Amino acid sequence: MEQKPQILIFGYGNPGRQDDGLGAAFIARMEEWLKVHPNEHIHLDTNYQLNIEDAEQISTYDKVLFVDASLEPIEGFNITKVLPSEAKVEFTMHAVSPAFVLDLCQKIFHRTPETYLLHIKGYEWEFIEQLTDEARANLDAAFAYVSERLAKNPDQIEFVDQ
Amino acid sequence: MTKKITIEPVTRVEGHGKVTIHMDAQGNIQQSRLHIVEFRGFERFVQGRPYWEAPVLVQRLCGICPVSHHLAAAKALDVIVGAGTGDGLTPTGEKMRRLMHYGQFFQSHALHFFHLSAPDFLFGVDGDPAIRNIIGIALTKPELAVQGVMMRKFGQEIIRATAGKKIHGTGAIPGGINKNLSIEERDEFLKGADPLNADKMVSWAQDALDFFKGYYHANKDFVDNFSYFPSNHLSLVRKDGALDLYHGVLRAVDADGKKILHDIDYQEYADYIEEEVRSWSYMKFPYLKEYGKEKGWYRVGPLARLNTCDFIPSPLAQKEFEIYKALTHGKPNNHCMLMHYARLIETLHAAEKIHELLNDPDLLGTDLVTKGTKQKEGVGLIEAPRGTLFHHYRINDNDQIEMANLIVSTTNNNEPMNKAVNNVAKSVMTGKEVITEGMMNAVEVAIRAYDPCLSCATHALGKMPLEITMIDPNNVVLDQKRSH
Repeated sequence: MEQKPQILIFGYGNPGRQDDGLGAAFIARMEEWLKVHPNEHIHLDTNYQLNIEDAEQISTYDKVLFVDASLEPIEGFNITKVLPSEAKVEFTMHAVSPAFVLDLCQKIFHRTPETYLLHIKGYEWEFIEQLTDEARANLDAAFAYVSERLAKNPDQIEFVDQ
Repeated sequence: MTKKITIEPVTRVEGHGKVTIHMDAQGNIQQSRLHIVEFRGFERFVQGRPYWEAPVLVQRLCGICPVSHHLAAAKALDVIVGAGTGDGLTPTGEKMRRLMHYGQFFQSHALHFFHLSAPDFLFGVDGDPAIRNIIGIALTKPELAVQGVMMRKFGQEIIRATAGKKIHGTGAIPGGINKNLSIEERDEFLKGADPLNADKMVSWAQDALDFFKGYYHANKDFVDNFSYFPSNHLSLVRKDGALDLYHGVLRAVDADGKKILHDIDYQEYADYIEEEVRSWSYMKFPYLKEYGKEKGWYRVGPLARLNTCDFIPSPLAQKEFEIYKALTHGKPNNHCMLMHYARLIETLHAAEKIHELLNDPDLLGTDLVTKGTKQKEGVGLIEAPRGTLFHHYRINDNDQIEMANLIVSTTNNNEPMNKAVNNVAKSVMTGKEVITEGMMNAVEVAIRAYDPCLSCATHALGKMPLEITMIDPNNVVLDQKRSH
């Protein structure tokens, strides 16, 4: 019997800085969703930011979906496939990227989980513990997109069209 | 002609900052400044919130050291709920907090060494920047990279077991702790599969220290002379003079080791410490009132702690402390780069204390919270990995916070970091026409030694390229460089 892929969905950002909390808000919704649609192969985690030990964590999964707020001029949200990259090695610790974590994972744990990044557009970043209405709408759309895919084919989840 | 060089931001520092170096026509360094964007708005953010929320709220200050803020706030609120000034908790309450704190120290120091500093030691301050990072370590010394990652992970797991979730940790509450350690959790940390167990962590901490000592002996002249300058040093120490990262009295010594702040109760810190505002920086400059702005500034952090304490209460770290102190004949160590040495001795101490606590049955106790008579005001101090962290709150009759004052570790190190930058700029840039990447990194190495946490911000806002701008007295840009 084919083994089902182990999936990690990892939201990051600071919920105390308005729309930077989009990653954590996504995971909070996913927790609720999994209560209704239980799936033992989907695992959730959150943190303020990515760090080097996350390379070890992702090495134990087959697929990883990182969820982050975005400052970039995107339409609502987008999902991109992450490829290992050491391009961002001169970084502040606030900018450890999924590509960097994947690269570190590959180099020291010799595993390359299929990795995606869900970027959700944010707008405001002040010391306020609440998403803006616009960011919340983007969160709704992003969550609908991901949860629909999870519900449609829970055994072989694809985060983007192949 | 005077040139102004701007380095922005400082890479491999937590958060971002900007360095400006002013040069005269002969290429002499006139003045160097480290400008830091600090988000002071946080103190206003907590005003009006119920006091018991503070230990959770303050974790949002920083994704790097949320545990330090969590514990400093909890300690201040211990005073407000009448649970004493750091020594009134139940044994389980205090020891669970200490375990959390040592876990934070262990993972934070491991990150700094393996990820931020070791690349400079392995590949040289002026080494190829393409490999002068942890990816370079992974390629050339993979066992060291694995060690760094797994030490981080072990510390994070200790935090998870004591504080709860990575975001919104709720372990410490006013007057105590909200959970004990289960037998299963304890056994996992003590007897977990290799390498994630306390014995291995002590062993690896010793290995990391030995690695640095090897580097030091091979590069003694460079390490000893890199941004050396005398200063005062301040930290908490236990009442008997021992190194204590969680609680104690406040002590400062001068560059020769003479006590200039005599083991005071930190509830009275405001009588002894003042903060100066300077127009060119968002970050304040603290100093000891008695000695004034010019002579009263001090260093905090690993170097300061090993200069103020009399001994280390764990055997392996004490042995290393004695070797370390012999380097300066028992006098305070004022060598910038030996901050790394001190940090690794503390890493070993943290590992030993974690091991010791895990064998302490008090961690399994059920008496978690101390209650007392409510007070209106409280101060909580803790030795965060980067140095002494001050949290001070006053509440109103509705139990809302009406005043908050935070002096974070990096603020305490503001003046010494500026001095360090100035020293290095004079050493490597005087008379130079072209600013090389190696020179830029030398300035950053001096700042990084302090492991400053400039963040208190979002990761999204921290994404900035490294930029150097040379400007003449007429504000004309002479040269500009970006790292990527």
